[in-house]
Amino acid sequence: MQEKTLQDLVLTDGSRLIIESLARSGADAFICYPITPANLLYLYGSQRMELMLAAPDEITTLQWMTGLAATGKLPVTATSFPGFALMLESINMAYMMELPMVIVLVQRLGPATGTATCGAQGDLLLLRGMISGGHPVPVLATSSFNDCWTLSARASEIAVRLRTPVVLLTSKEEVMTQKSFGLSSLEEIKPVSRPLYDKDDPYQSYKAGPKGVPDFLPVSQNVHQVRLNASTHDQQGNLQHSSEEALSNTRRLEHKVVQQMKDYLFYELDSQDGANSLVLACGITAAAAREAVGMMRRDGHRVSLLVPKTLLPVPQTYLEIIGLYSRVVIAEETMNNQLGELLFGSSRPAHIRFAGGLGKMISPREIIREVMS
Amino acid sequence: MTRPMLKTMPLPYCKGCGHDLIAKHSAAALEKLGFYPLDVILVTDIGCHGIIDKCMNTHTVHGLHGRSGALGAGISFGLQAPGKKVVVFIGDGGATIGLQHIMEAARLNLDMSVVVHNNMLYGMTGGQTSGLTPQGFRTTTSFEGNPYAGYDICKMSHTAGATYVARVLGIGDISGDLAKVFGQKGFSLIEVMEICPSYGVKLNPGRKLAEVVKSAGRETGVWTGSREDFSHRQGKKSGDLLSEVSGIAKGSEHRLKNPLSIVISGSAGEGVQLAATLLAKASISSGLQVTQKGSYPVTVGVGFSTAELNLSPGPIHFHGIDTPDLAIITSEDGLNHNRKRIMAMQQGSLLIDSGLAVPETSARVIRRDFRSVGARNAAICAVLYFARQFGVLTEEILLHIMEQEGKAAKLPIEKIRQVIES
Ligand SMILES: Cc1ncc(C[n+]2csc(CCOP(=O)(O)OP(=O)(O)O)c2C)c(N)n1
Ligand code: SF4
Repeated sequence: MQEKTLQDLVLTDGSRLIIESLARSGADAFICYPITPANLLYLYGSQRMELMLAAPDEITTLQWMTGLAATGKLPVTATSFPGFALMLESINMAYMMELPMVIVLVQRLGPATGTATCGAQGDLLLLRGMISGGHPVPVLATSSFNDCWTLSARASEIAVRLRTPVVLLTSKEEVMTQKSFGLSSLEEIKPVSRPLYDKDDPYQSYKAGPKGVPDFLPVSQNVHQVRLNASTHDQQGNLQHSSEEALSNTRRLEHKVVQQMKDYLFYELDSQDGANSLVLACGITAAAAREAVGMMRRDGHRVSLLVPKTLLPVPQTYLEIIGLYSRVVIAEETMNNQLGELLFGSSRPAHIRFAGGLGKMISPREIIREVMS
Repeated sequence: MTRPMLKTMPLPYCKGCGHDLIAKHSAAALEKLGFYPLDVILVTDIGCHGIIDKCMNTHTVHGLHGRSGALGAGISFGLQAPGKKVVVFIGDGGATIGLQHIMEAARLNLDMSVVVHNNMLYGMTGGQTSGLTPQGFRTTTSFEGNPYAGYDICKMSHTAGATYVARVLGIGDISGDLAKVFGQKGFSLIEVMEICPSYGVKLNPGRKLAEVVKSAGRETGVWTGSREDFSHRQGKKSGDLLSEVSGIAKGSEHRLKNPLSIVISGSAGEGVQLAATLLAKASISSGLQVTQKGSYPVTVGVGFSTAELNLSPGPIHFHGIDTPDLAIITSEDGLNHNRKRIMAMQQGSLLIDSGLAVPETSARVIRRDFRSVGARNAAICAVLYFARQFGVLTEEILLHIMEQEGKAAKLPIEKIRQVIES
């Protein structure tokens, strides 16, 4: 048999790409508690990250991660809703303390334990409201293997630059399915740089830098005092009830994320001249949407596609794009159109249609049916 | 001259609160041991004891209620440096909600010291009963006295694997006791017994601390262990996960014009997933794009095992399969798991073991004795049949991949030949 090695084409899964990308971009600790469908992420994380710790539960997971982040590590975990729910208060803590970390959230069918081995996209609104006060945590959603690679690296970068937990949102079918994939299409990833406070003036743990982000110093150094605080606090990191300084610090947390995330606006827009219809889908359903749009175009229909990847804070750009179309179909693996609610609130305009469902992948045909009806 | 651990300011507690004593004597103990303030990381819990931060010259980390044991553990994992000291301040309430975190840190014998401020109730929230409140002790939520015995946090930590555990009464000079705790390598814990003046003293008039502790059966003392303290022990690491998935050699070209969806299903342990992977790799080798996913019950060793494959000459976006173009069924479990799908097939083919009853379907039915080559090889046999008879990719390429993956040697090739040629 004549042979030529396709160096490049392999059979692999999204989990592998996510972990390798996180590791290359600077993540150096993987803390985890087992949960389906994040098992492959756990396996690879334990093999690849410099430090792996098996936590006894997901609250501990987040606490250990925060402690590690305080010493200068960039920790990662992977979970799905049941574990994520346990992490919530501690994510609030890390957000308030302004410590970087990446949480890979693999969506599965709920409520509660639901069906561990069935995909879903039902956690978006939970993410929208996960911080008490409604302050946004950056959320990026993968919609392809290439995204698993690039967005994971961006997640590390955002976590460090903005000093915040970042959620990389994905779902069962994206991280468990094997696909043929060309590795040469992957961009090179460099570790995110981590500058430390290096001035002689007394360090203030929460004094905003030029972009609203405080300079970082780990608790492992002994030049400056570091005060980390998850309660309402002033610039020094000292507990305050509701002084103006402390409240403005809390306001800064939101402003920092909203402002800086403008530099991290990722989406895919495949617009077609003369199209009046737009298909909007993220995550796993973006794959069906791409297929559906291709099929409709082959049949001579004009239709555009928008795949949002930066989900939170919600970029206004999406509303501007949507505003150009008279028919918009949002496709999502839920029964209640969470993406629609995120964009429009509870009163969606009539031209916003929905192709959704529970317990199964939304197929290209279902999307086409909504576009055409 | 070493700087003091504490700033010169009045501490924020109610008059007579034992937390005041603990803070001052902890500071004295750390100084006695020669620690520089910025080599100490004080992790405080939510509770009255936790408002000490602003009075400290150490690094301070103020987290959530009950979680300081785990937060301190995270810092200890990250430090792993001589000369540093992680001290956790937690109340009896925090130790109740965060019990698991303390046990875990003790089990791992992490290098850190926990000071449990056991004032026998939740001070900050109004004097309620905690898991460490002694039996008979009155609180705002048990006026007749706590009907249940509290946890013995010392015994529990010691049993879990701590290096050094102590219980003391929070009276007089306890800096020596604290210094012994802070001077340990590995996990140490001290439970300092106190009675919160604002709630405990008022609700238990006339009771003395020593008597309460004694009548609860919580004698003071020291318990030691001699385990090695925690060190990171990591398994073999991969320097690059991508280098572990090998590129697939290009073999002879496929002859597939349109995408083909395939479901392969049989029983657990009968090589269904392996057969699917081999077919997927052979397809890639033939120049096809592929997706492959497996499904099986959570008890992976019993019941059905199903693999779904998409093969396509062009890019595949959507990989879901509703009704497949080809169903390969090698056992009753597999048939039952896919019966509806097979019945829904309007076209395509059903490749099924001849021992199975064929459900009503419009698919072209091909029955072969796949299981005659042994149940373990039935799926591989069926996949080889597909290669031989369907003309999508060559049998040679599939066999080559099987060889490469070290799966060919054990196959009863002659028997398989008989089946796939029939
Ligand atoms: C998850 C959670 N549950 C409840 C509380 C409310 N809370 C704040 S302090 C506290 C009790 C503190 O008691 P203890 O730990 O004994 O410390 P003390 O105030 O007695 O020093 C509680 C229950 C909280 N902050 N977080
Ligand atoms: S309420 Fe009790 S525990 Fe809290 S400061 Fe006052 S005396 Fe101390």
